[in-house]
Amino acid sequence: MKLTLEEVEHIAALARLELSEDERAAFQKQLSSILEYVEKLKAVDTEGVEPMSHSIEIGNVLRRDEVAGCDAATRQRLIDAFPAKEGDQLKVDAVFS
Amino acid sequence: MDLNRLSIKDAAAGLRRGEWTSRQLTEACLAAAEKNRPKTMAFIALDAPRALAAASAADARLKDKRPLSELDGIPLGIKDNIMEAGVPTTASSVILKGHVAAYDATVIRKLKACGAVCLGKTNMDEFAMGSSTESSCYGPTRNPWDVSKVPGGSSGGSAVAVAEGSALGALGTDTGGSIRQPAALCGVVGLKPTYGRVSRYGLIAMASSLDQAGPLTRTVDDAALILRAIEGRDQLDSTSVDLRPEWAVPEKNPESLKGLRVGVPKEYFAAGLDAGVAEAVKKAIAELEKAGAQIKEISLPHTDYALAVYYVLMPSEVSANLARFDGMRYGARVPGGSLEQTYRKSRGQGFGKEARRRIMLGTYALSSGYYDAYYLKALKVRRLISNDFFQAFTEVDCIVGPTSPVTAWGIGEKADDPLSMYLADIYTVSVNVAGLPAVSVPCGLAAGLPVGLQIIGRHFDEKTVLAVAAAYEKRVGWPSPPKV
Repeated sequence: MKLTLEEVEHIAALARLELSEDERAAFQKQLSSILEYVEKLKAVDTEGVEPMSHSIEIGNVLRRDEVAGCDAATRQRLIDAFPAKEGDQLKVDAVFS
Repeated sequence: MDLNRLSIKDAAAGLRRGEWTSRQLTEACLAAAEKNRPKTMAFIALDAPRALAAASAADARLKDKRPLSELDGIPLGIKDNIMEAGVPTTASSVILKGHVAAYDATVIRKLKACGAVCLGKTNMDEFAMGSSTESSCYGPTRNPWDVSKVPGGSSGGSAVAVAEGSALGALGTDTGGSIRQPAALCGVVGLKPTYGRVSRYGLIAMASSLDQAGPLTRTVDDAALILRAIEGRDQLDSTSVDLRPEWAVPEKNPESLKGLRVGVPKEYFAAGLDAGVAEAVKKAIAELEKAGAQIKEISLPHTDYALAVYYVLMPSEVSANLARFDGMRYGARVPGGSLEQTYRKSRGQGFGKEARRRIMLGTYALSSGYYDAYYLKALKVRRLISNDFFQAFTEVDCIVGPTSPVTAWGIGEKADDPLSMYLADIYTVSVNVAGLPAVSVPCGLAAGLPVGLQIIGRHFDEKTVLAVAAAYEKRVGWPSPPKV
């Protein structure tokens, strides 16, 4: 599976990653060789095999959707971790502009 | 006596007898960590005032003869992807540099409740992606057995801290071998618990269906001790499970392995295995036979596909888990003029090469038109790999083999060839794919570098896995510590 440079840029756009031109070329080569390696899965007969997303048997866990809150120190640490803020509020770029 | 070289069991016994204090143990570890930092860099951040305060509090309890647990006053290293409230927790990534955790991971909360002393954060591959601890944004950690070699990874800092005596034990995380492989390459014990045994709450997630936290220690008993402290169902992790009484790891291991059936997969001794590693592992298996175990050759026919399954599923989960690092709520934000450009610049500049490579790979595998061919196919082969183990466990009680196909390699040697780095995980990934417990225990040296014996068990049968490891350890004695 050989990826084109356009495909590499398309994946980078989907993944919201900025890549330099050199990185695009390096990733094209490296991702292609990894994809080539995983292609070997095609040789396995999986007719009638159920996909397995989880290794142990567990079911859904349900609980009431209630606000639990947190202590003041935890709240302050969360606010302190904001990359940009106004007062105690998280500041972000406009979603619609 | 070097207090920083004690096992946790011996250190705890001495604390109770008043032979030394937690403060002395903690100071000895901090001094070793500082001294070795320029050479090996096991720790990226030490928090001496906090550690010494916790040690003094433990000493007061011990003096009153009211210790909280056997771990009370024991200094431990914590991998940098495990959150500790008020302490920088960065997953060794630029995007989280300076990030201070807002709350404790459940494993940290439990260790603190036991009185354990957290020394600081140990170095790791960025976001636990790597097998050499070279992809850390702080620079590589080096192997104390030979500082020109890698320590393995991704929990390389934790393995080195234990090997060189900068901590009496440490926590790591294991998604495809990240506890066991560095333990093998540094000559310490590393345990990956069964998926669901230990809460993942507060770990910086890599691949949620594969990740588990676990101990790195100098002895098998110490690994069991830490496991008992951190295990158990947690309301905050819906994939953690209630542990049945028969799954408990006992204080004392059986005297002999008589009657135990140990499987040796023929696929684990195929091409690609270093001759010195093969020799050490075969010698270790002969020791298990002398201890009373019955050795049987078995087959795990889908072994050859495990790494390919892993390198589809893991990046897919990575691409979803790392979507949260977008420069908005925490971490570094690089303004780009528009929201999309801010995302792309923050992530492009904040993530290192390996993290971006895996995000790209996962995004591709999950993208429209490729999902069935890659992700769904890998989920089906995952079941076949898992079925191989179930089949084998009808004939044997545990499975043994090498932890890593090679000993520690040179720093930089595999830097430009990601696939050759991935091949270092060939014996460890299938254990995560199937969610099984496995331990790596030191089994001698090959050309002067440590070799690890991997012991794999049935789901939640850490008891057997640790009993076999302990029986081996008892026969061959204490692995000699490296001189840095």
